[in-house]
Amino acid sequence: MPIIEVNDICKTYHMGDIDLNAICKVSLDMEKGEFVAVMGPSGSGKSTFMNILGCLDKPTAGTYRLDGEQIADLSRDELAAIRNRKIGFVFQGFNLLPRTSALENVELPMLYAGISAPDRRQKAREALRSVGLEGREQNHPNQLSGGQQQRVAIARALVNDAPIILADEPTGNLDTKTSMEIMELFVKLNNESNITVILVTHENDIAAYSRRVIRFVDGLVVSDVKQQQRR
Amino acid sequence: MISISSTFKLSFRALRVNKMRSALTMLGIIIGVGAVIAMLAVGTGASSQISEQISKMGSNMIMIVPGTTTAGGVRMGAGTQSTLTMADAEAIQKECSAVSDVAPVHSGVAQVVSGHLNWSTGITGTTQSMLNVRDWPLSSGRPFTQQDVRSATKVCLLGQTVVDNLFGGADPLGQIVRIKKIPFTVIGVLGPKGQSPNGQDQDDTIYVPITTAQKKLFGTTFPGMVRVIMVKANSSEELSTAERQINDLLRQRHRISNKQDPDFSVRNLTQMMQAAEQSSRVMTLLLGAIASVSLLVGGIGIMNIMLVSVTERTREIGIRMAIGAKTWDIRLQFIIEALTLSMIGGTAGIIIGLGGSHILSILAGWPTIVSIPSVMLSFGFSALIGIFFGYFPAYKASLLDPIDALRYE
Repeated sequence: MPIIEVNDICKTYHMGDIDLNAICKVSLDMEKGEFVAVMGPSGSGKSTFMNILGCLDKPTAGTYRLDGEQIADLSRDELAAIRNRKIGFVFQGFNLLPRTSALENVELPMLYAGISAPDRRQKAREALRSVGLEGREQNHPNQLSGGQQQRVAIARALVNDAPIILADEPTGNLDTKTSMEIMELFVKLNNESNITVILVTHENDIAAYSRRVIRFVDGLVVSDVKQQQRR
Repeated sequence: MISISSTFKLSFRALRVNKMRSALTMLGIIIGVGAVIAMLAVGTGASSQISEQISKMGSNMIMIVPGTTTAGGVRMGAGTQSTLTMADAEAIQKECSAVSDVAPVHSGVAQVVSGHLNWSTGITGTTQSMLNVRDWPLSSGRPFTQQDVRSATKVCLLGQTVVDNLFGGADPLGQIVRIKKIPFTVIGVLGPKGQSPNGQDQDDTIYVPITTAQKKLFGTTFPGMVRVIMVKANSSEELSTAERQINDLLRQRHRISNKQDPDFSVRNLTQMMQAAEQSSRVMTLLLGAIASVSLLVGGIGIMNIMLVSVTERTREIGIRMAIGAKTWDIRLQFIIEALTLSMIGGTAGIIIGLGGSHILSILAGWPTIVSIPSVMLSFGFSALIGIFFGYFPAYKASLLDPIDALRYE
């Protein structure tokens, strides 16, 4: 069974009298363990698509099943619970809490999952170790480099054992060398832990790390191709 | 769902980030709670002073004085006419159901001599009921008996001031004092009672049997005349009933129709004092209410800062929502932050209020009483204000759209 099943979804915004389709009639499936790059120019609807996949937004038409669960008729709080359990977010701007240590940033999703404090601490330490940030637990985001901050964000995405990581231009704020390191970390997670990675990017270099590329133009999927992963 | 203790930790951290701002916000609550406690302490102190005076005077007391005489068109004032008698006192005792005890009084001022010392004081001729009517215990000796009153024995009870002036430190019991040159045996000493509500020294007095006062000390215009009748009602609720019963009875006994002015007047001392107590209670409430306004203003300060805080931390809220914070997780976080502000402020306010009322009582000499309920009330009220004024900003925060919040710069 695919982990993501999208069927004829549309997202329509009402701008006065005009209906604006951000995405229209998109249908696709993703299997567990896939590494997918979503590409397209700005305004192509890829962000809307990612918001829907991330359960931050609901489609106005069509169905979306995540891990077998129908998303369309869930409440705000049920969506929050799904995001907490199933999805790890990695953002372009890292989106870590300022003035909060790396360890506590990583603990955050477990706080909302209701996990006890000692367990939180232990799992957060393990997650930081797995992204190569051992010894940086007490550093605040402003004491870490961009690459390190993104690693903290990845650790935070991993820590609740989410099967899916959604990365929205994760290397957009990083230099080329650090971008490579972050992408290799995604590849490692994808290979070793069988985590489904879906990333949005503008750059072909970054998309080359994926095994499937979906292109959006004007709210429609114009191409969906499998490719050889760059190693 | 996030646990409450974790939420408190979060809120402490958030408040520490903006120390100055948090402290200034708390200041509103600190001043409010401090003012409420200090004002209530002043008010409670005043009303308890009055009720203490009431209990010193004797509770549920009614005084009956004779009416005025008119001599050639000149009215002489209350108490100048001699209309009250021992028989009136006995009738009140027997026939008024709301009355528990009656003490007729025949009094005057006389020079008292003991050994080489002398002292001028008020001599109160009365019955054994007087001590009960005025709630006045003896500090030593025995009260006089019905037998003493019936046979007009020459015994007396001395007030503390009289004892101090005539005997110094010596024990007066069994000693002889001369009142208007007549020897009286001291059989008891009245317990110290202090000042009356109008500033008189209540201990500067001597009690003798009323019959002795009438026959041997001051004389009477007619047999059985008394100057004043003191009455104790069964309870404070029955004071007005007793007053009415006495009025009716004495009008009947003195043959005065309802259209005529009576030749006596009934004064309800306790009720007057209770009115004073009541008004000081109202003052307490008023002071508390005014102080509460500052507490309210402090609460609005909290709401203001929380609204700023929610706007500033929109992105943080977005992050928290994206990684799984539910509506109530966010809402609770901000409510508890406001609650923490108001409760820390409330605790500091209690300390300021305690200190402030202590300083007031030292500097201004006002009696202040900090009551536990007033402390709990103002603390509870400040917590309530935190929740009330924190709720709207928290509600606003919890309804943010995660996508918009994440994009917020």
